Amino acid sequence: MTPDTPAVGLLVILISAALTDNILLTRFLGMCSYLAISRQIKSSLGLGLAVTFVNTVTCALNAALYRYVLEPLGLHTSLKLILFIVVIAATVQLIEMVIERVSLPLYYALGVFLPLITVNCAILGTSLFMVNKGLDVVQSTVYGLGSGLGWMLAIVLLAGIRQRLKTAQVPRGLEGPGISLIITGIMALAFVAFTGMIQS
Amino acid sequence: MGTVLLAALVSGATSGILAVLLVVAERYLADYGTCVVDINGGSKRLEVQGGKTLLATLMQEGIFIPSACGGRGTCAYCKVKVREGGPPVAPTETALLAAADLAASVRLSCQVKVRNGLAIEIPESLFLVKQFTGVVERIRDLTHDIKGLRIRLVDPPAIEFTPGQYVQLETPVYGDNPEPVYRAYSIASPPSDREHVELIVRLAPGGICTTWVFTLLKEGDTIRFNGPHGEFRLSDTDAEMVWIAGGSGMAPFWSIARHMREKGIQRKATYFFGAVKPRDLFLVDELRQLEKELPSFRFVPALSGAEGDGWDGEKGLITDVVGRHVEGGAAKEGYLCGSGGMIDASVKVLVAKGVPQERIYYDKFT
Repeated sequence: MTPDTPAVGLLVILISAALTDNILLTRFLGMCSYLAISRQIKSSLGLGLAVTFVNTVTCALNAALYRYVLEPLGLHTSLKLILFIVVIAATVQLIEMVIERVSLPLYYALGVFLPLITVNCAILGTSLFMVNKGLDVVQSTVYGLGSGLGWMLAIVLLAGIRQRLKTAQVPRGLEGPGISLIITGIMALAFVAFTGMIQS
Repeated sequence: MGTVLLAALVSGATSGILAVLLVVAERYLADYGTCVVDINGGSKRLEVQGGKTLLATLMQEGIFIPSACGGRGTCAYCKVKVREGGPPVAPTETALLAAADLAASVRLSCQVKVRNGLAIEIPESLFLVKQFTGVVERIRDLTHDIKGLRIRLVDPPAIEFTPGQYVQLETPVYGDNPEPVYRAYSIASPPSDREHVELIVRLAPGGICTTWVFTLLKEGDTIRFNGPHGEFRLSDTDAEMVWIAGGSGMAPFWSIARHMREKGIQRKATYFFGAVKPRDLFLVDELRQLEKELPSFRFVPALSGAEGDGWDGEKGLITDVVGRHVEGGAAKEGYLCGSGGMIDASVKVLVAKGVPQERIYYDKFT
């Protein structure tokens, strides 16, 4: 499968970002909220959707900022990091307001982790990787979407496993984060299998 | 140089655009319109602008819920019953509320945002609670570690309270104290002196508020407090009373005793005041004088460590002294103010003497 047409190219970017290059399971970014909000599928799905949305929007904004402002002005190396963070922080603020207005239960379920998306390293990581990969604005948006979906997939999978683990007898010293990290490691091994799916 | 300016300009412009965007969004998204807060089933109805916390909203309307941490969800003082319209319980609340509180829809008003109409319940007495500003008129050394403050009220210029109630004194930012903290002190002055409030402060080593009072506060300083709070007061019966206090636990009784003298209340009362050494006693002459004016009132100071000091009054722990004096407790009422340990021990003695548990009233220092 090679990126012949633009549409196929975008699909490849989407799938590779979500599966072969999963931001959480291959790069281990965004671990803190991943471990903390993965007790129930419902709230992890909510956080996953929020992260996906933030990731897509910030990737698009950051790509546009990078390609049309920073690069032409020759400021792309010095200001990249600072401005990406500013854009992410503002987007999260906005989304917090929207969620509080639209769905109070989700707002309370996400609790402190909603503002913490600001410092979720997966989000900043995606923005920085998209620059490294030399993607244009549309490709970056798709990359952000894929990366967010990949993060959501990982956290929902973990939540599903942890829900089942409630009835299992976990050795006392491994309860909580311990067993979650072991599960994450096994999941990461499983995701290695996706590597051969896309030859680029 | 040009690059630096350009970088500053680009960063500034980007941040500025985003800030404007957020302000506009806040204007439209966080606009919850006018919300109606119903207090105590219709006894008061407030029409307020939504979007703020319940604590801040009520304060804006002149209703002061006690709060020591300033609305950051750590002190758990600002409990309010939210009967209808409350949002889901936040994690910050579950950490501080007991299961019984949650079952009774008790919430922390600093964590509940007013987004829609609410029906809440608060003690009626909170309607009378106000924020006061006053000037320290006099600071008196009552003993080596107890000071008496006399505060002249400025805004509002007068206070109404029931003897036995307390105020929350605001300790301002000083030294290592990074934020205002509130500590409760019983009012020692009688309610007839409406323009003044007297407080009795005992030095607690390392205490934020008492250290401030003992080292920094001067006569003429401006001081802030809110109140009155509390349910500690004389009952409506005519039963004979046993008062027990120690240290700054003197304050509510000094208010009640003077109130009784002014009103000529001839209710039998015996006031046991416990201390260690003669130097720990204060207001003794004033209370002896009161004994003469109120024949039904007796003052019994007791010292637990007065050997060799020439003390000819009652000796021993306050609980032993009470045990020796009180008989026929079934018809009596107990009133206690002091440290937790002293109160727990005294309640035991009174119960053993037959005083019904439900007629023992106390104000415990924490």
